[in-house]
Amino acid sequence: MSEGRGDVVLEAVDLVKHFPVKHGLFQPARHVHALDGVSFALKRGETLAIVGESGCGKSTLAKCLMRLDEPTGGRVVLLGDDITHLAKGALRGLRRHMQIVFQDPYASLNPRWSIGSIVADPIRLHEKVSRDERRRRVAELLETVGLDPGFADRHPHELSGGQRQRVAIARALAVNPSVIICDEPVSALDVSIQAQVINLLKRLQARLGIAYLFISHNLALVEHISDRIAVMYLGQVVELADTRSMRRELLHPYSKALFSAAPVADPDASARRTRIILTGDVPSPVDPPGGCRFRTRCPWKQDRCAAESPALRAVGDRLVRCHFAGDAGFPAPVS
Amino acid sequence: MNPLRAFWRRFRNNRAAVGGLVALAAVVALAIAGPMLYPVDPFDMVGQPSVPPGGEQVLGTDVAGRDVLAGLIHGGRVSLLIGFMASLAATLVGLVLGAVAGYYGGRIDDLIMRTTEFFLTIPSFVLAVVLVAIFSPTILNITVAIAVVSWPSVARLARAEFLAHRDREYVQGCRAIGMPDREIILLQILPNALPPVIVVSSLMVATAILTESGLSFLGLGDPNQVSWGYMIGVARSVLRTAWWMAAIPGAMIVVTVLAINLVGEGLNDALNPRLKQR
Repeated sequence: MSEGRGDVVLEAVDLVKHFPVKHGLFQPARHVHALDGVSFALKRGETLAIVGESGCGKSTLAKCLMRLDEPTGGRVVLLGDDITHLAKGALRGLRRHMQIVFQDPYASLNPRWSIGSIVADPIRLHEKVSRDERRRRVAELLETVGLDPGFADRHPHELSGGQRQRVAIARALAVNPSVIICDEPVSALDVSIQAQVINLLKRLQARLGIAYLFISHNLALVEHISDRIAVMYLGQVVELADTRSMRRELLHPYSKALFSAAPVADPDASARRTRIILTGDVPSPVDPPGGCRFRTRCPWKQDRCAAESPALRAVGDRLVRCHFAGDAGFPAPVS
Repeated sequence: MNPLRAFWRRFRNNRAAVGGLVALAAVVALAIAGPMLYPVDPFDMVGQPSVPPGGEQVLGTDVAGRDVLAGLIHGGRVSLLIGFMASLAATLVGLVLGAVAGYYGGRIDDLIMRTTEFFLTIPSFVLAVVLVAIFSPTILNITVAIAVVSWPSVARLARAEFLAHRDREYVQGCRAIGMPDREIILLQILPNALPPVIVVSSLMVATAILTESGLSFLGLGDPNQVSWGYMIGVARSVLRTAWWMAAIPGAMIVVTVLAINLVGEGLNDALNPRLKQR
């Protein structure tokens, strides 16, 4: 696959989202810094995973990209079109290129409508096709995601969680999007069902060449499905690299801590590796620490970390937001 | 399972609600079919004034010698018509305003909700009296006046429902596929927001009937129409000598309002089954 710009289907440029916090009449206005300068480019047919702990801005990122929330700053570029400030009507036509699958299939399907009309909605809104044609397409889509076409007449409450998530995927597929944002698509499902849904997503990608932005906190899953991984901390990307090089080594102290906390199935391997236990809580995104955001919990922090905010810079084949990443012997093993 | 059938099964389990429904159906049937079965003009003087029930006129006559039964039947038409129409109008207005305020939020929400609160701060019966006194007391004006004082509670409820649903994932999913706001509000959120609104507006019918009776009692009813409140108002002066004259239409109001309340409660339990189990 070539690496030209033409292959980029979705691009975030310095995306910022601040939520105003309710405050007293005489207090200065304050903001939650949910996203602070997030940039990445998603290529055709690629899976980019976004990982990070709760509250780091993963879901806000998904909503800003979909324009379900309005970004405070930065740009979202979909298939070469800047959609950041596009009017509602103009955006509506482009929405077919980017779809989203939500975390909770119990909340993302309207209980009042049949599966058939839920899946047919995007087709009805974006294409002028006859009723019969629509019905035929719905049956086809349901088959694509591994459901019996007879499900079209049922309602969401008659389906299991895994079946519902398949319906949500069928709905996202209905208008042949180039990008699907998967916002923790399997974390609400049973483990046995998770694998089925993940394999379905992989199969669809191989067949249709869809790019996934895969948001998750399940690191084992992310290593399995993604081509590249972006680690987020407090609204910023701290490390972005190929999954293969991520597996080999991690340069940012936070990525190291995060991946060392992931459970490993093999007890011997689990005993052998060093766990980095972070102390303290994630700082409040209302008052993110000055300088490096991770310095309050970083076992390797130095004076420079408080004074200077590190930029996301290239180190070897990856991007890292740390002053010392790539220095020989950094980070030193912790005892 | 057919949701309508499930709803009916839950409703049927509530005996009080079924009783209320039967009583309400009887009152409605009386109001609709009564004038044909008992074709007596309620304004005609058919006998001596203040005849007690049990004579030639089954329910006696009022102070002007008019047939009480005829008044009861014709009055029921007016009371029920105004009650249902005012409640329907108030529900529609309240739903539209509440939906817009809740879904869009921001300034339009502020504007609508401050207006709603303005109406809520005025005692509703006094406002209804003022409105009917300013405009002429016709059935239409009375209906409008009652609707005007009733919509704010629906608007507040509808706003709360739409606000709660606006950020649910299924709504965001609809926005993500480019569904127009109008369709999201009417076809996606409304069916989910409707049950509590139906309950409130069914109970509002009872309030509307009481308000209409109060207006007629004060002489602010439509002068060309008999209504239950008007009959009580007329009977007020002879309450000590002919108590039945006020008691009979009074009982009709009590039965109707009670029946509507029971049906409303039954709707509440049947439409929000999870609440009942708590």
